[in-house]
Amino acid sequence: MSNEAAIHPGVISHGFQEHQEAHHHHESFITKYIFSQDHKMIAKQYLITGMVWAFIGGLMSVLFRIQLGYPEATLPWLEDIFGHWAKGGKISPEFYYALVTMHGTILIFFVLTAGLSGTFANFLIPFQVGARDMASPFMNMLSYWFFVLSSIIMLSSLFIQTGPAAGGWTVYPPLSALGDASIGSKTGMDLWLISMALFVVSQLLAGLNYVSTILNMRTKGMTMTRLPLTVWGLFFTAILGLLSFPVLLSGFILLLFDRHLGTSFYLSDIVIAGKILPNEGGSSILYQHLFWFLGHPEVYIIILPTMGIVSEIMSINSRKPIFGYTAMVASLFAIAVLSFLVWAHHMFVTGMNPFLGSVFVLLTLLIAVPSSIKVFNWLTTLWRGNIRFTVGMLFSIGFVSNFISGGLTGIWVGNSTIDIHVHDTYFNIAHFHIVMGVSAFMGMFAGVYHWFPKMYGRYMNNTMGYIHFWVTLVCAYVIFWPMHYEGLAGMPRRYYDYSTWESFKQFVELNRVISFAAFVSFMAQILFLFNFFYSIFKGRKVTTKNPWGATTLEWTTPIRPGHGNWPGEIPEVHRWPYDYGKDGVDFISQTEPVSKNESGGH
Amino acid sequence: MATHIPAGYKWWTGGKSPYNLSYGKLMMWIFLMSDTFTFAALLISYGTIRVSSNYWPDPNYVFNTFPFMGDANLPLAFVSLMTFILIMSSVTMVLAVHEGHKMNRRGVEKWLLWTILGGLMFLGCQAWEWTHLITHVHPVLIDGQIKEIGATISQNHFGAAVPGLMHEGHQVHLPGPVGFGNFFFGITGFHGFHVTTGVLLNVLMYFWVRNGRFDRLGHYEMVEKAGLYWHFVDLVWVFVFLCFYLI
Repeated sequence: MSNEAAIHPGVISHGFQEHQEAHHHHESFITKYIFSQDHKMIAKQYLITGMVWAFIGGLMSVLFRIQLGYPEATLPWLEDIFGHWAKGGKISPEFYYALVTMHGTILIFFVLTAGLSGTFANFLIPFQVGARDMASPFMNMLSYWFFVLSSIIMLSSLFIQTGPAAGGWTVYPPLSALGDASIGSKTGMDLWLISMALFVVSQLLAGLNYVSTILNMRTKGMTMTRLPLTVWGLFFTAILGLLSFPVLLSGFILLLFDRHLGTSFYLSDIVIAGKILPNEGGSSILYQHLFWFLGHPEVYIIILPTMGIVSEIMSINSRKPIFGYTAMVASLFAIAVLSFLVWAHHMFVTGMNPFLGSVFVLLTLLIAVPSSIKVFNWLTTLWRGNIRFTVGMLFSIGFVSNFISGGLTGIWVGNSTIDIHVHDTYFNIAHFHIVMGVSAFMGMFAGVYHWFPKMYGRYMNNTMGYIHFWVTLVCAYVIFWPMHYEGLAGMPRRYYDYSTWESFKQFVELNRVISFAAFVSFMAQILFLFNFFYSIFKGRKVTTKNPWGATTLEWTTPIRPGHGNWPGEIPEVHRWPYDYGKDGVDFISQTEPVSKNESGGH
Repeated sequence: MATHIPAGYKWWTGGKSPYNLSYGKLMMWIFLMSDTFTFAALLISYGTIRVSSNYWPDPNYVFNTFPFMGDANLPLAFVSLMTFILIMSSVTMVLAVHEGHKMNRRGVEKWLLWTILGGLMFLGCQAWEWTHLITHVHPVLIDGQIKEIGATISQNHFGAAVPGLMHEGHQVHLPGPVGFGNFFFGITGFHGFHVTTGVLLNVLMYFWVRNGRFDRLGHYEMVEKAGLYWHFVDLVWVFVFLCFYLI
């Protein structure tokens, strides 16, 4: 499985035999479905674990939208389920904070980081670079099980008596550092930190594999410039994770020390419940720097994989080469570099020196350049294409729509002068939910619908897919578009009940509409889950190796590939992955040698 | 399993490997880069808190003791010894890797043992230094009262001297900046944790070398990877040494 053969020719025979033994022994249920080292199975495990988390995180948003849309309502069934957290059928303020905190944590880290990268990096990297598996299948398995361990700890925090962490998903100190600050700062906070530390370990193991597989395990002829854009996107994602998560880990270690060892890394001059704390000299802003040094690359960790997925699906379904392949790669690179230089734009309201703020404004607005290059390239890929509106394609177009809508408000909040006014309002909520929440989900759905035939040898149901797409798209805009107006009117985020404010009473009905759209949207996601599991067993069977007419290597494998992916030799690659409609030929697979009569270019 | 891979199949058909490195070594390099960021975050945090403090203890005063030397004033002598031991253990690691290239099992065993010994000696020195700091009490003026305290993660006695105030023949000081103990114990502890991991890794390597695993594999690359980690831990110490003891 390694390239030892290339480096130490003649000494590989033994290692190879070891590997053969691993392949020849009978696979039991446990080694095949649970402790699997096959990248395809690990990808499915990540996907399904991510779906469980998405369901929980989505359900939380439904619960707090009940509170926001119907602050007067009393629903006895809530008390039946949640007991003292919803006394009298009304969600308690503590419960509300716990819900919004965990909604953010779960969807950002467990679904859109682990669920998204874990699924598509594991599934697509070995397939598309032409490798039999990841560089280290064992570490890959370990990465998934660290994620499970982290998930179990996070999940258990939901069931303890004082509830889960409730200081916002960013867990800023001093609220998160002092157990006496709120009930959500007690044991739930410790479990949150431990779970996230394990999560970082899982991401590290995964990222090491992704990067070294892409760099070292490519098949013959697969130069870096012949990699599909999906692999490029996942490559930069892995690098971002490897360089930003360790900084978050440092921040968490210091926070755990502040909680339990009496240190003052983040604490200074605090009075709590009339008692003066001895802590001095620390800085809570320090935590924000450490957090956002991860936090900003994190939003690109979420969006870069979907950018790659969407580029690939758009090109396939427009039957046209992707427009500006090199520009696409260059802009991914530019985004990856810039993402490390803009973190303080999350901290304009911390009393930052305005000059320093202006530097971060400039760097932030620079990201608009590579982002727009990508958007224009997607649009020009569609332009005069022979578009097939598959479900995956619709979700890809939906991704671009949301990325534009959310990206434009990014220019607003990237300006410190405007951000100081709309920071911590619903304007911000609207911005990041559209640009990174909904967009990333659209990209993820596109990927699931598109590669489902490769995963399970069956198609997902199209009708349910179309309903899922249109309801999701419409609801996403109905939910988040009005929030821009609420935010501009000054409506702050994270508040429990707006109806008691004279200035926000005008939004009572609007909030109700938003909540209603959220409920409908949640139902559409349940339809998706049903479609997914139904199609695994009952979906229409795939009958050809290459149902979408795509050029990349995963479609040269058997319909249900075994561990090792290709039954014979790994195919050799002769061309880039976007030869669609070249010389009047519908598509030319990457494995096809370049013939003499072909026109120039790639 | 749907597919069977024929015996004798060549796994790597990608021609020349891009960095002429195995994936394992590449992974170790990337991991070290990642870990660099962890330490960089901690050291930069330390820097920001230190420069924003009004007062910071003088390392020549804090680290001036040596085992069995009583109260002799020997600034930085002990930490220099520790650093020397750790750097020497890197040298022995290089020799172990070198013997590995020559496929000399005896040589690898010998130099790995020296490396493990160096690592353990370093950890022992660190344990002595910590114990000395924590248990050696000094009079400190806290809330108008003189208390005898050692230097722990949450408090220390390295503040400015209170002019003219003596306690049982010792100069009384103010409490030192809390951040000093926070970062000193936090970062040297985190580094010590890395050294411990490195020693355990080397012990594992030693046993694998002894039972002939690498002779059967035909190369000692695993020892080389453990070596990379060991050198990294050593390099990080140079920065910790610089930031806490020299500056």
